[in-house]
Amino acid sequence: MIRSDVLKTLIPMISDQLVVSNIGLPSQELHLLDDQPTNFYMLGTMGLSSSIGLGLALAQKAKVIAIDGDGSVLTNFGTLPTIANNPADNFILLIIDNGSYGSTGDQPTYAGMKTSLAKVAEACGCDNVVECPAEDTAAAVKAALDGDKMTIIVSKCESGNIKVPVIDMDAPVIRHRFMAEVSRRNA
Amino acid sequence: MSINQKIVNDFIKNKIEFVTTVPCKQLAGVIDEIEGSKDIYHIPSNKEDEGMGLCAGAYMGGKRSAIIMQNTAIGVTINTLVTLIQYYNIPLPMLISYRGEIGEPVACQVEMAVHTKALLDQLNIPTYHFHTKSDADELDAILNHSFMAKKPVAILTDASFWQGA
Repeated sequence: MIRSDVLKTLIPMISDQLVVSNIGLPSQELHLLDDQPTNFYMLGTMGLSSSIGLGLALAQKAKVIAIDGDGSVLTNFGTLPTIANNPADNFILLIIDNGSYGSTGDQPTYAGMKTSLAKVAEACGCDNVVECPAEDTAAAVKAALDGDKMTIIVSKCESGNIKVPVIDMDAPVIRHRFMAEVSRRNA
Repeated sequence: MSINQKIVNDFIKNKIEFVTTVPCKQLAGVIDEIEGSKDIYHIPSNKEDEGMGLCAGAYMGGKRSAIIMQNTAIGVTINTLVTLIQYYNIPLPMLISYRGEIGEPVACQVEMAVHTKALLDQLNIPTYHFHTKSDADELDAILNHSFMAKKPVAILTDASFWQGA
């Protein structure tokens, strides 16, 4: 399974949840598969999906799923200690780890070599870290949504991309639409 | 009232409830004040671009946010300022220690100081320079301006400001 296959299996359970989606293909794939006002698409700024997701989870009550990639977590490693030390039990960080920089041409990342992001997350102090094969990701996300504990899921999948169009929506429109939905859920 | 208390009071008056910090010696007092405030959630970040991500998320969650950092961080955060904060129209007051100005004991700090205002100017970020204690009288209005305009603003606080404070 490649990332878009994993995303497809997640749609039934994340469609109605607040989702912060990583820059590039992950956002474009999610947008193509299931565009929702509950999705915040990052159009730039590699690495900050987990930080935006944590800030959002700490600021309000609804559950938040941040979809990140192994390359993006590697570029913002400082995020894991911050997450570990500021637990938000409405926060799920899903790292889709395909061992490559997918949006830029599948160059290999260190996460596909000797570095284990799950072990790094644990070493940073994150309490509930689940590593699973791609096909078990939907079950892991469902379990995390059903529980009330901050969870880090590392989904190990294959490298590869499908052809998807870029997102045409303007950034302030994405934010405005998303914030209206966040506000509605916290009313 | 100390200048640190005044700054935090102005934050609270402007309904800022979420503050991230990356420390600087000049900012130690205000960071302590933030940490001690019951009205503000203080979340130290490891790098300033990470901090801006946290602030963007908190803002979208309905909590006004701000970042406290050193001017060297301008070099770290240009991409985040442009492609996240400005691109999505997110307000972000940045209280910045302006290291490398008159009174600076560390020569290397001057290297970033000479670029600080030029970079902020290039990014079209409204910039306010606090040099004497009374300059902080404008802080309340500056914070209000950032949230009204949904833009980042930079408040540069130099060594003279903190010595006079």
